[in-house]
Amino acid sequence: MTAKSRTGGVRGALRRIGAIALKEVMHLFRDMGTLYFAVGMPLIMLVLFGYAISFDVDRIPVVVVDEDATAESRQVVARLFSGISFVRVTDRASADAIEPLFRSREASVGVVVPRGFSRSLARGELATIQVMVDAADNATTSTVLSSATRFVVVVNRDLAQKSLGATPDAVEARVRALYNPSSKSALFLVPGLVAVIQTMMSVLLTALTVAREWERGSMEQLFATPVRRIEIVLGKLLPYFGVAMIQMMLVLAAGTWLFGVPIRGSVGLLFALSSLFLVAGLGQGLVISVVTKNQMVATQIAAVSSMLPAVLLSGFIMPIENMPRALQIASNVLPVRHFMHAVRGIMLRDVAPVDLAKDALALVIFAVVVIAISTARFRRKIA
Amino acid sequence: MTPSVGAGPILEARALVKRFDGFTAVRGVTFGVERGEIFGYLGANGAGKSTTIRILCGLLAPTDGQAIVAGHDVARDAEGVRLSVGYMSQRFSLYPDLTAAENLDFFGGAYGIPRATRRERARALLRDVELAEGDPRPAGALPGGMRQRLALATALIHAPPIVFLDEPTAGVDPEARRNFWRIIRTLAASGTTVFVTTHYMDEAEYCARVGLMVDGELVALDTPSALKKTFVPGRTFALRGRRLPRAELEALPWVRAVTPFGAGLHVRCDADAPGTGAIVQAALDAGAGDPHAEEIAPTLEDVFLAVAGRGAPS
Repeated sequence: MTAKSRTGGVRGALRRIGAIALKEVMHLFRDMGTLYFAVGMPLIMLVLFGYAISFDVDRIPVVVVDEDATAESRQVVARLFSGISFVRVTDRASADAIEPLFRSREASVGVVVPRGFSRSLARGELATIQVMVDAADNATTSTVLSSATRFVVVVNRDLAQKSLGATPDAVEARVRALYNPSSKSALFLVPGLVAVIQTMMSVLLTALTVAREWERGSMEQLFATPVRRIEIVLGKLLPYFGVAMIQMMLVLAAGTWLFGVPIRGSVGLLFALSSLFLVAGLGQGLVISVVTKNQMVATQIAAVSSMLPAVLLSGFIMPIENMPRALQIASNVLPVRHFMHAVRGIMLRDVAPVDLAKDALALVIFAVVVIAISTARFRRKIA
Repeated sequence: MTPSVGAGPILEARALVKRFDGFTAVRGVTFGVERGEIFGYLGANGAGKSTTIRILCGLLAPTDGQAIVAGHDVARDAEGVRLSVGYMSQRFSLYPDLTAAENLDFFGGAYGIPRATRRERARALLRDVELAEGDPRPAGALPGGMRQRLALATALIHAPPIVFLDEPTAGVDPEARRNFWRIIRTLAASGTTVFVTTHYMDEAEYCARVGLMVDGELVALDTPSALKKTFVPGRTFALRGRRLPRAELEALPWVRAVTPFGAGLHVRCDADAPGTGAIVQAALDAGAGDPHAEEIAPTLEDVFLAVAGRGAPS
């Protein structure tokens, strides 16, 4: 009698995988906490991160010290507040009053128009405006610096036009921001968030399943059956893949609805890449579970090994090009890096499948490797 | 399902050895188990009973020696072994959040049994182990005795010709234990071989044959009555009373050994020993209060104490 006919060949294998998958689904429904966690957590994370992380710096509070107090000075100052970037919160008579306002956080920018500003202008001398920034806040500083430069250009042009009549600028840069015309950071962040959230969730979902069986002793009973290791691995992956896919759809729908993020590319392509990515993440969780055999350790390793690289090394916020060379190379291992690139490409740029081939290949390799490791590290023998 | 249904022992272990890092759990064990018998495996905790069972179920590879279970070599064909043995581990190892029926259905699936067959089989097994089919309680919420019977049913889901029960009645009340053994005897009567470990000596009396394990070695193997004859020869008396003089009794020429048993003593004597009157007199002479002697049939506990005592340094 051959081993194949004894264990029922492919049909037997499918039956065993199906039994394990069904059992996992029952565990999920018995423990509603896991299910709420699986569905609720990604949405909560999306809302929290989506609203909390923003590079759109606007409504910066400004204190104005107009020592000159002339029509010209008032006009120049008013020019500053014509956009939405700055809000004039208060006026002070002396520049000494600015720092206390920084400390009490009532203002983060101070604009000082010195006495004699209009006189210098009238004489054709160099007139200066002093701008003070609370540089403790990095994002504000860079916005203020670029705004200040732009502001001075505009003021100079105004003055030049007033004295000489209409003089067109010799050169003008017309920047068109493709794919994200108003440079809204949500458009950049939400697709990335999808990748970050799904990395954490997929790794966490499976991190417990094998460790739990070891702790409960049911693994020994399972090993007494003819179930093969790969069948356990696949049977456990299958239901969590379904859960992770539902999470994915929820997060994408919420991202579109709450933050107005478009899906410009093919939805089918998005799901194909997501599938590869989720299998990779679920497989990573499985490896952790198989190796640690301990629920607590598994959860911690899963959280750290998924979240840190997802936030720091994936290009989610910090561009990969800015990282040290070694880290750039190392980050190629991370599925989240490739998925981040792919999901932004599909949602914002409508890239062609060809452009995603490298990412897809990397995800496939990672998935195959982690599933192979978890199968190989699965010790049947109980010492 | 198994290629070797028919004559001959269902299990044969030859010089089975299991070494872990730095210590040997099983030291060259040789024995056979006949079809349909209840085979008891006795020994103290750590004597190597569970290790032997795990080897015989294909869960652990032997370091040395050979074992053929239901026609399959445990070292070469663990899968064949797993398909033809049932295993009930010492620890409750089913899923506490699934009901009895769901646990059975899952393990049926894990053995690759088609859905309809396993439904039918689960129904019959639940009836055999006296559990209600539609019980909505998760297994973790069942009382100990019911959990044990469910674990037994699970071990039988694929209708194995031999089932291994590792301390199946540990931690259940006496009533539940009796109940469980009634089911086991029915099971054996219907042709399933039962290999059971226990450290309850009264349970070992139910076994057709008993093997005694001490420090990884099988030191005795026979029917309970033959074991008693071999290891507790002569007559045995139970002596009760106050200030019982152990040393003085042991000094008598026809007394072989005196062992404490419960509140009293068990006095093992030569076959031609004088009887209860002589023992009571000897106890009185040595200063005992209200001695009372009664001739008893030796128990397996006497056997175990006699055998285990031999191995200990004296």
